Amino acid sequence: MKISMEIWRQRNARVKGKFEKYSLDEVSEDMSFLEMLDVLNEKLIKENNDPVAFGHDCREGICGSCGFMINGRAHGPQEAVAVCQLHMRTFRDGDHLVLEPWRSAAFPVIKDLVVDRASFDRIQQRGGYISVNTGAAPDANAIPVPKDYSDEAFNAAACIGCGACVAACPNGSAMLFTSAKVSHLALLPQGHPERYSRVVKMLNQHDEEGFGNCTNIGACEAECPKEISISHIARMNREFIACKFSGIGAPAKDV
Amino acid sequence: MNFESKTPDGPLAEKWTLHKNQLKLVNPANKRKFHIIMVGTGLAGGSAAASLAELGYNVTSFCFQDSPRRAHSIAAQGGINAAKNYQNDGDSVWRLFYDTIKGGDYRSREANVYRLAELSVNIIDQAVAQGVPFAREYGGLLDNRSFGGAQVSRTFYSRGQTGQQLLLGCYQALNRQIDAGKVKSYPRHEMLDLVLVDGKAKGIIARDLVTGEIKPFSADAVVLATGGYGNVFYLSTNAKGSNATAAWRAHKRGALFANPCYTQIHPTCIPVSGSYQSKLTLMSESLRNDGRVWVPKSRENAKAIQEGKKTAKDIAEEDRDYFLERKYPSFGNLVPRDVAARNIKEACDDGRGVNKTGQASFLDFKDAIARLGKDVISARYGNLFEMYEKITGDNPYEKPMKIYPAVHYTMGGLWVDYNLMTNIPGLYAIGEANFSDHGANRLGASALMQGLADGYFILPYTIGDYLATEGTSKIDTSHEAFKSAITGVLSKNETLLGIRGNKSVDEFHRELGLIVWDHIGMARTAEGLGVSLVKIRELRKEFWENVKVAGTGDELNESLEKANRVADFMELAELMAKDALHRDESAGGHFRLEHQTEEGEARRNDDEFTYAAAWEFESLNSEGHWKLKKEKLEFEFVKLTQRSYK
Repeated sequence: MKISMEIWRQRNARVKGKFEKYSLDEVSEDMSFLEMLDVLNEKLIKENNDPVAFGHDCREGICGSCGFMINGRAHGPQEAVAVCQLHMRTFRDGDHLVLEPWRSAAFPVIKDLVVDRASFDRIQQRGGYISVNTGAAPDANAIPVPKDYSDEAFNAAACIGCGACVAACPNGSAMLFTSAKVSHLALLPQGHPERYSRVVKMLNQHDEEGFGNCTNIGACEAECPKEISISHIARMNREFIACKFSGIGAPAKDV
Repeated sequence: MNFESKTPDGPLAEKWTLHKNQLKLVNPANKRKFHIIMVGTGLAGGSAAASLAELGYNVTSFCFQDSPRRAHSIAAQGGINAAKNYQNDGDSVWRLFYDTIKGGDYRSREANVYRLAELSVNIIDQAVAQGVPFAREYGGLLDNRSFGGAQVSRTFYSRGQTGQQLLLGCYQALNRQIDAGKVKSYPRHEMLDLVLVDGKAKGIIARDLVTGEIKPFSADAVVLATGGYGNVFYLSTNAKGSNATAAWRAHKRGALFANPCYTQIHPTCIPVSGSYQSKLTLMSESLRNDGRVWVPKSRENAKAIQEGKKTAKDIAEEDRDYFLERKYPSFGNLVPRDVAARNIKEACDDGRGVNKTGQASFLDFKDAIARLGKDVISARYGNLFEMYEKITGDNPYEKPMKIYPAVHYTMGGLWVDYNLMTNIPGLYAIGEANFSDHGANRLGASALMQGLADGYFILPYTIGDYLATEGTSKIDTSHEAFKSAITGVLSKNETLLGIRGNKSVDEFHRELGLIVWDHIGMARTAEGLGVSLVKIRELRKEFWENVKVAGTGDELNESLEKANRVADFMELAELMAKDALHRDESAGGHFRLEHQTEEGEARRNDDEFTYAAAWEFESLNSEGHWKLKKEKLEFEFVKLTQRSYK
């Protein structure tokens, strides 16, 4: 099938970008979206043009490297998939596609469709962990965890950190991402000693990075490739309020 | 050359404990004076970096991905083994050790494998303490399942995303140390050379993948946790960026490369659909717990399926060949990976494959769904079924999956001693990047186990022994050795950018992959290996004359990154062929057609080949020259027997 595209081209963060038009004539419906871009890039290289830069690695929807907007939707039109798992059979012959990078002040463009998501790492570094040193852990079955809690913690922990939630949110909020980690660790007994300081520190970093606030629009949940539930944001808010009231475990200068 | 395995004496079960008591310690107050470079942030590198920083060392951590959390360990699906015996089914450290050594076809080091089994129990404790959400029973205790090649349920799992959850566990530990200032993290940096001073590893040269800057980093020791080299085949289940460059360049600086011909072909992957294909997707081995592998008994029925005239439903029960259950009654569909992969290939080579290309077998859940109900199957494998449907457009609840073997894991790697140090003092290799624990074949759920055992529980002890002996001797990056290494890296990049030929890097990589798959794939012959050597050399020559690398060196340039990696794969492929050719026996993932039993099983030659083949790089002109060094494998505690899964 034939596919025409407009792709955002930007050499680096310091120069202005613009859309460029491209087309491909022989796209197979069995190709993944990224394989279609591989074919485009091979063509560009042959024609002595610069190939389109896009993030990708595992191509199995789990590493979270890939992701850009396709016709205004994060990871494209299909629900619950990362762009590497989107296949061309989703599109029709003659379709016109607009590809642009995640747009957020906290995600500077590196090149073309690739953005810098180091702000996500910094949020995690501020408290998205349980302080346990290697060795001397108690026997694993010494800490029973109710199955429902464990399953819900897993659902939150399945976040791949791709940034689609930020791209989809009109406020540019990363609260779905941040709350997924808060929820994962707050639901487990091991995470309890640090649960209040965790939520405060992570939210402070979230704001410092320039992400916006949540106003319950729900676009993040709708576009999340891993179907992370917006209810985690509600849980994060409860954790935050509980911390304010109790003061237990809260970092002194933050409360 | 220092080429001692340093395996400690004493009873098998006490070797590691006795050895730890002998290792020198670094005084806590002195640990902060040492700097350690960690290349790679997967299960091995992430866990090691965090654990070393907790001890007080300064760690500089590198990954080519944009975040340590994206290392390819994240894609591991099925599970991790541990000899906890929570199921009361008779499991023990000895049994896990024995299964692993037998599964590896007696081509791994006995003491290393025992230590791996011994440490497996601590890994689960550590991960649970970090908040890794393993599957649980309703009583709140951990759940287990059985996995390929094992007759006990010793595999811990987090749905089909075990690697992801374990990696996030060590990523969290790493983040804690980054926040504490003990780890300095350099994402989007790729190691392009190793720096030696007086024959000892003292640093690396890395390219900043965003700015293109070539930077020197110095340290008291260097650890490579860079994963395997399966992408030499182009199509594999590895992430696109997985590569051998760091390990290979260390090899060219003098590190021995052991057993390169041992590649694990995973039996249950989604089959190839077209020439544009960029990678293969694995379907977890856990699916073989409930999925039954079959093809039609007759070629006529297979042909009708290939042509789209019949589907699985049209083949009556008595016309189906459940070949694994038929040939291996006690293990059935759960035979080890090399055995399953070879049998699927044989059925397809016999003309009984079940997709358009004839290169696929069914993996059928019909009976399991009838027995357990759709909900149970969905709880066990739901995300895998969804993934399969997204890729193929077929619903596995309705129609059987189609699977075919694909390159998955490489058991060869840098040679290391019992302390995980290469033959270069101060250079360590951990996880898939080393060769030591899996022998000629890796059993399921043992890769995660090895990465984490190395990173959490072995390296943090053994590296102290070297540092205590060596003392702080970090070299300034203005040293001549760094300058000349930078010059070398820059000139290689300039050469690649300057060739301006007319074939893209991917075209070369695909061609190389086909040669390696055809001749150094699931079945090898002396003749085919000889042919591959000639073809690889020709292709390498053409690469350096005719490759076209787009862009420049001072920007994000994926084309240049790939060119460096493929250049190294071209050389590695030659060594794989040489290693496969010299090993005139069959063992695990290395199957020489000349050496099989009457029943078509791999036939080892223990009298002549009970050794690890460690290759020393000598020179590279039109063809590569390596010197073979043999590490004799001593089996004190197990008896070498023909593997049988009947």
